[in-house]
Amino acid sequence: MSKSKKLALLAVLLFVYLVVLPLGLRDKPYFLGVITTASVLSVISAGVWLIFYIGRINMGQGAFALVGGYTAAILISKCGWPFWFALIGAGVATVVLSILIGLPLLRLKGVYFSMITLSLTETARLAAQSFPSITNGAKGVLNLPLPGAIKIGGFTLVPDFATVDKHLAFYYLGAVMLIVGFAVLYRIVNSRLGWLFRSLQQNEDLASSFGVNVPRLRVIAFAICAAFAGIGGAFFIATQQCVYPATFTVQDSTNYLLYCFLGGLGSVWGAIAGSFVLFISFEMLQGLREYQPLIYSLIMIGVMLWLPNGLLSLKMPWSRKENTSLPAEEEDA
Amino acid sequence: MSSTLMQIQNLTKRFGGLAAVNDVSFDVNDGEILSIIGPNGAGKSTLFKLISSFLHASSGKVIYLGEEITSMSPHKVARLGVIRTFQETTIFREMTALENVVVAHHLQSTATLTGFFFGTPAARGDEARFRESAAEILDYLGLGGVKDMKASNLPHGYLRALGIAIGMAARPRLLLLDEPFAGMNSDETRHAIEMVRGIRERGVTVLLVEHDMPAVMNISDRIVVLNFGKKIAEGTPAEIQSNEAVIEAYLGREDEEVGI
Ligand SMILES: Nc1ncnc2c1ncn2[C@@H]1O[C@H](COP(=O)(O)OP(=O)(O)OP(=O)(O)O)[C@@H](O)[C@H]1O
Ligand SMILES: [Mg+2]
Repeated sequence: MSKSKKLALLAVLLFVYLVVLPLGLRDKPYFLGVITTASVLSVISAGVWLIFYIGRINMGQGAFALVGGYTAAILISKCGWPFWFALIGAGVATVVLSILIGLPLLRLKGVYFSMITLSLTETARLAAQSFPSITNGAKGVLNLPLPGAIKIGGFTLVPDFATVDKHLAFYYLGAVMLIVGFAVLYRIVNSRLGWLFRSLQQNEDLASSFGVNVPRLRVIAFAICAAFAGIGGAFFIATQQCVYPATFTVQDSTNYLLYCFLGGLGSVWGAIAGSFVLFISFEMLQGLREYQPLIYSLIMIGVMLWLPNGLLSLKMPWSRKENTSLPAEEEDA
Repeated sequence: MSSTLMQIQNLTKRFGGLAAVNDVSFDVNDGEILSIIGPNGAGKSTLFKLISSFLHASSGKVIYLGEEITSMSPHKVARLGVIRTFQETTIFREMTALENVVVAHHLQSTATLTGFFFGTPAARGDEARFRESAAEILDYLGLGGVKDMKASNLPHGYLRALGIAIGMAARPRLLLLDEPFAGMNSDETRHAIEMVRGIRERGVTVLLVEHDMPAVMNISDRIVVLNFGKKIAEGTPAEIQSNEAVIEAYLGREDEEVGI
């Protein structure tokens, strides 16, 4: 695809996402909610995708989402912070946590890293249950207020969610997070940082042989990944207005992986494509709900066997060979 | 005689009961081509990994420009100008030859990571310089014609040179080449020898591990011989060729093909 065709496609998608869908679904809060959740799942999965990008499989993203969710909930309910500060607080808390645990964890490779991150989600759930004085234990934190207004001077930048259609408000907040999140990711992947991350994925020893501080770079990627989860988690609990130890489970952690697999690991857009296609199609097929784990597992196996580069590698009439974003190549015909 | 660039002092590395490198000492002079030879398993690659800090010594020291670098992390040693290449062909397979060498310019960045993220003028300047310099290095090493080929598709003969190009991109002061001529025919070797000489002409000191004895004798200023982890000889090519202990070490192993 040429650059101008790509831009045109992006513009159409954005128009549908920001105008057509929200206006068309204005009277169907359930569907608005489904797309809002798909947006935030994309953001959380984008973090997992970035860790794939440096050559690790992160099975602990649910832990960061849960930490983000609880941080926001506690800052709002116990400390009386406005939602917007709590959202930032959630991001900061997960980044700090990811740096602390990332340094030792990221020395592990392959299945060892995956196993230990898998146990993180369970650890986070147990921690949420075990400190009732802070987290309210198994009961969770309930009745969180809706996000308030953001005013700069006399000008209302964001209205109080309680005074407007909250489903539409959350829809747009989710959309902003998705757009900002993926702009950040796109920029990372297409700048020198992306080259460094790809060099880690392909050979860490070779990268350190020419002076790359590999441990530091890995932690940077992990911190970005955690920030995506923390902010996504805080947003999610705001839409639910509550958080429980089981708000993000091991099942969620593995679902994020599946979204990335399905969408494709080669392209930044993979995490969005996977999250939207899989999450929305499941919500549409309500009757299949109880078979979800089974079907997800089958899809996972199927994708690995027949579509190792994900949905985005499917041959579209207009697409040429999928390429991992080489800046030089994107400018050609 | 020129000044000392690096001192290896009583360097030892044990793997369990095996001393892969055993109490090895020698100096590396600034601007020389110093070869390390020895039979398979003598500890040559291990010695390289110790010098570049990819492995940590059990005892002994590596002193580079007066500073002890023995237990630094590998990227810090690289920052000081000590760059290793790998015995196995180690490249970024999913990048083109040019991209491999562009990434390897990491240490010459003037922009910060945040600068690269935001695409500041410094970052864009770096990118342009790296591309230019990478193309120049590839031309110099005879890879100009294949620079836009994906590394995993490169003919085998080019991969070694690409490994050296990656090393050169880091602007080494001391370059450690582990078997750069392996798998080359005699024409390619002759060409590669000229390349390594050229690298030295650019002011780079070269430490070379190599099994191709004619090539080693041709190119080296001095040679250090290892056997079972121990240094058994050190001297000029002529001295080494007539050294009893060296001949013994090589003849003692029937599987060796070396022509001393
Ligand atoms: N990580 C390791 N763990 C255990 N033993 C090792 C390790 N690395 C090397 N060795 C052993 O140390 C000895 C020296 O190995 P090294 O690779 O340094 O030899 P070399 O001189 O480079 O041989 P070659 O010419 O075959 O490349 C060998 O006996 C090898 O089996
Ligand atoms: Mg070796």
